Amino acid sequence: MSTATEHTTTAPAPAPEVVRVTVPKRSFGSELRAIRIVWRRELIRYRSDRLRMVTTLVQPFLFLFVLGSGLQRLASAGTHGVSLRTFIYPGILCIAVMFTAMFSAASIVWDREFGFLREMMVAPVRRSSIVIGKCLGGASVASIQGVIVICVAGLAGVPYAPLMILGIFVLQLLLAFSITAFGVMIAVRIKQMQSFMGVMQMIVTPMFFISGALFPPSGLPGWLAVLNRLDPLTYAVDPMRRLVFNHLSISPAARAALDPGVTWWGWRVPSLLEVGMVVALGLVMLGIAIWQFSRTE
Amino acid sequence: MTGGNGNQPSAAIEVRGLVKNYDQVQAVKGVEFEVATGEVFGFLDPNGAGKTTTINMLCTLVKPTAGSASVAGHDVVRERDDVRRNIGLVFQDPTLDGYLTAAQNLQLHAELYGVRSDLVNPRMEQVMSMVGLWDRKDSSVNTFSGGMRRRLEIARGLMHSPRVLFLDEPTIGLDPQTRRSIWTYIRELKEREEITIFMTTHYMDEAEWCDRIAIMDHGEIVALDAPETLKAGVGTDRVTIHTDDDDATIAALADQFGIEARKSEGAVSFGVPGGEEFVPRLFLNWDSANPPIKAVNVARPTLDDVFMSYTGSTIRDAEEDAGRARSRRMMQVMHGGGRR
Repeated sequence: MSTATEHTTTAPAPAPEVVRVTVPKRSFGSELRAIRIVWRRELIRYRSDRLRMVTTLVQPFLFLFVLGSGLQRLASAGTHGVSLRTFIYPGILCIAVMFTAMFSAASIVWDREFGFLREMMVAPVRRSSIVIGKCLGGASVASIQGVIVICVAGLAGVPYAPLMILGIFVLQLLLAFSITAFGVMIAVRIKQMQSFMGVMQMIVTPMFFISGALFPPSGLPGWLAVLNRLDPLTYAVDPMRRLVFNHLSISPAARAALDPGVTWWGWRVPSLLEVGMVVALGLVMLGIAIWQFSRTE
Repeated sequence: MTGGNGNQPSAAIEVRGLVKNYDQVQAVKGVEFEVATGEVFGFLDPNGAGKTTTINMLCTLVKPTAGSASVAGHDVVRERDDVRRNIGLVFQDPTLDGYLTAAQNLQLHAELYGVRSDLVNPRMEQVMSMVGLWDRKDSSVNTFSGGMRRRLEIARGLMHSPRVLFLDEPTIGLDPQTRRSIWTYIRELKEREEITIFMTTHYMDEAEWCDRIAIMDHGEIVALDAPETLKAGVGTDRVTIHTDDDDATIAALADQFGIEARKSEGAVSFGVPGGEEFVPRLFLNWDSANPPIKAVNVARPTLDDVFMSYTGSTIRDAEEDAGRARSRRMMQVMHGGGRR
């Protein structure tokens, strides 16, 4: 692994003046600096890991283009002329963001396994700064992946309306943050990368399937409807879909069938409340992650 | 310019009655010592976990069960943050991010410690030049050999000009040449910066480099002084005899000379005062029935002998014994443990 040659030690050039630095007392500013560097490290690592950019997008694109195109004929009876690809596009964007965000959260397990976490743990900064930096880093990386998916919107029959794009971008940014917080919350308790991957498989796939990314959240069998309403991803997919559908010219029948909205005991949950829930859940999970991380030795 | 508070204490580290219990086992049993500012202090404990536990308590990573310790004038429990601002740490296991470059690793450290932005680069050049890695600053750490990584970690530990640098086995697993160069840096560092160095090692020859060393055995400090003083205190030279029959030789030495010898590394060795005068006497009185002596070696006391005289085993035996020592320690705990 190490290809480098070892230098023989010759006396280094005499340094004229020792540069002495001082470590200031902890302050708000120093915490912000810590958050920023932890965030930047995530971005540097993302940039150097091109493979990850591709691998986390393979699955969403498979669903969007292969499943979306393949099932088109079967589904056309129920979609009232709307392409299946267009219908599942918002959901696919959400899961692309979710996959990346979970992978980013995994870096905390990786850091623990390879010892780097210790370097951050002994620094004179709050544990919360490390967690916040990680979450912001993961959210940024996931949103960059989300932007790639936004770029192919046209291929799924979604128009490039500036306001809609902006709305989608903000929504996926919030989702990315919440999911990273969720991932970090799980990751701080796990010591091995392999276990984390296992846990992730166990959580991510069901969340994706239940969320309504691939079907409208109405007229479901009772048990599935309950699970669907409990799945946080539901509340990101639904407003995202509404946003896209607002910019499509489709029949009212199609709209009613494909974008019924999420209901609680018959009450239709407004989009803003749904977005608020995504944010609130993210903050709660961030809080739990910080609390747990502060307790670890 | 040194930073920190004005009333700098004379001792960089002060430890009073420090105890750490893990479940049933007492890893550290009330140790006391002081490390003066500017000292290179070696901590040896080949038998067990005592030294790592001690270093972890001093670095605020582990809370003591009882007793107190202060580092750079700050209490390790009550003023954890102040301690952390003033110490540098080099762990036994690597803690670098291999995907970042050497410079990025140091930059990250400087940011976490709040080093003033305009000082980050000059300081980085200085510490990286010291360990001979400045020309590799933009290489990713994954391309570094084990020795280079350790040197980079030392440089990183110095990034924020700590007043006390903790090195936990800084030379473990390195080749002799790299080991020597790391010691060169440490000595150089001591001359250039106002820094106190607290280190653990299990290489006895390296402990000689320290100004003072503490030897820990079963959770207690059994000896603490300058290496020279400790060696002089042994009072005997080490004589090693090679024969074909170690057991018979040990018996003969006990019979004829009243010397208690032991097998050590494939030969028989024992300590006598004035070893060089003893050798002629040995040959004069060596019975022809005894196994013939093939080689004799007389050595001035080393730290190994110091260790042996205090703990009754050579450092290598002690390491091989580590498993058994652990159970012995448990026995001692059950019998109330010793105090000193």
